[in-house]
Amino acid sequence: MRTWSLIRLFTLLVYLFMFTPIAIVVILSFNDAQFGGFPIEGFSLRWFYALAENDAIVRAFRTSLLLGLLAAIITTTLGILASLALMRYSVPATNFFNTLLISPVLIPETVLAVGLLLFMRWLDQPRSIVLLLAGHVLIALPFVVLVVQARLVGIRKVYEDAARSLGANPIQAFFQVTFPLLMPAVFAGLLFAFTISFDNITATLFWRPAGVETVPTQIFGMLRHSISPEINALGTVMIVITVGLPLLAGAIARAFARRRT
Amino acid sequence: MRDEGFDARPWVLLAPALLALLLLMVIPMAIIFVFSFYEYVDVAVDRPAFQFENWLWFFQDGFYHYAIWQTLRISAITMLVCALLGYVPAYFIANTTYRHKWLLMLLLILPFWVSFIIRQLSWVHVLGSQGIVNAALLWLGVIDAPVRLLYNEATVVMGLVHFLLPFMVLNIYVSLESIDRNLVSAARTLGCTGWQAFCQVTLPLSLPGLAAGSLLCFVLAGGSYVTPLILGGPDDFLFGNLIYDTIMLELNWPMGATLSVVLLALLGSLVAIYGRFMGLSRLYKSLN
Repeated sequence: MRTWSLIRLFTLLVYLFMFTPIAIVVILSFNDAQFGGFPIEGFSLRWFYALAENDAIVRAFRTSLLLGLLAAIITTTLGILASLALMRYSVPATNFFNTLLISPVLIPETVLAVGLLLFMRWLDQPRSIVLLLAGHVLIALPFVVLVVQARLVGIRKVYEDAARSLGANPIQAFFQVTFPLLMPAVFAGLLFAFTISFDNITATLFWRPAGVETVPTQIFGMLRHSISPEINALGTVMIVITVGLPLLAGAIARAFARRRT
Repeated sequence: MRDEGFDARPWVLLAPALLALLLLMVIPMAIIFVFSFYEYVDVAVDRPAFQFENWLWFFQDGFYHYAIWQTLRISAITMLVCALLGYVPAYFIANTTYRHKWLLMLLLILPFWVSFIIRQLSWVHVLGSQGIVNAALLWLGVIDAPVRLLYNEATVVMGLVHFLLPFMVLNIYVSLESIDRNLVSAARTLGCTGWQAFCQVTLPLSLPGLAAGSLLCFVLAGGSYVTPLILGGPDDFLFGNLIYDTIMLELNWPMGATLSVVLLALLGSLVAIYGRFMGLSRLYKSLN
């Protein structure tokens, strides 16, 4: 029993190690002080207001949102179509295609970044926002495929066949049977791809065109000087978005599930 | 068509994803390889060629060998620390009778959703000159001026561990959870002490998860370059930093391509060895 208490204590310490630094960022973002560190001088929201008035940050935020949304839509479309092909039809070499779809995750992101950059150079194309978008799609695709396939396991072609034999035409069968079953996979894919794109910095630093910043590269650039309180506020906003969204989505999904039963 | 039994529909569905992978991954990887034989003329200027100057440079310059050694060393230390820190929480979550186990699981996944850059820079608030540790020590009167705790190899490892630990815990947890509880009870009835039962039953059965987690931690640490930029000093670079500097600052693309091939070969061979023995499907499962 004494061992078990030690295990519990150790686990608690590991959780503290994981979360204390993040909590400090959130706490400091409400600090009234002029600098981004300790000591704490009082509660204030002024750094959030400063954030909204900082053009560079607002622009980076718009870029990140746009990139994330587009990357989410494109990646999820590609991922769902490919997963449907592999899971609902008997395709030869299914394993090979599965491995191929997931292989970008096995290549270091730095190498993926260099590859795409040199390809653009080989084609004599400048770095552009399209390159950034394509790159984010590449990085998010394996994760979307994995998430989508996990959700699609339940969708067997027999459901659609059953609907057909009960008199539905193919379009009705798709929209009334397959599509509702597909929705959780679509949502999970969108959410995953969005957060991956919104959070990416490793490859984005290679791909972004001159003068274009996403939120992470903007933060990275601001870090060069010192940690300003604005960075803390931005961090808090990002945490609210990237943690809040999935939690909200999970809660909504659970509410729906409860209503249905 | 129908008589031959060929169904075009799955191929139409697969085509967009395969085309994207061809254009964004397969061709670019080939291009990197081709570029590594190009000739570097001047900053941002290179000439298509087939010569081995970049490769000779790489094999002769001790600096690159040192960078490989340092990258392997830091990745290995990170992996070991993750394994040591990660096993206990995974064991706790798998075996606890705590009612809100889901909360522990959620908290484990939560860091994945918190921005990577924020997680890395948060350590500046802990160990920096205005960080909480220095602030506390100053307040207690232990020190008169802030101590320099950041920007060394230890803080780079710590940043990497902070980023990679959830991967390790999740992998170990999954394999601990799948162990038949009766096996441990059986070992105990047959006279094992708790510790013996752990060493002879639980630990060996959890090795696949430990291996998958270790591989992920090693490969992801070895491929990173942002953490040393934020939490490391000038000497605490990883191989990825060399690639970044060569490509983005020196604009020496042929050499950057050569170094990328090296990094890919180095980390790719580890994945290949792992895949040969354990199969890659477990790794995929652990990623979501």
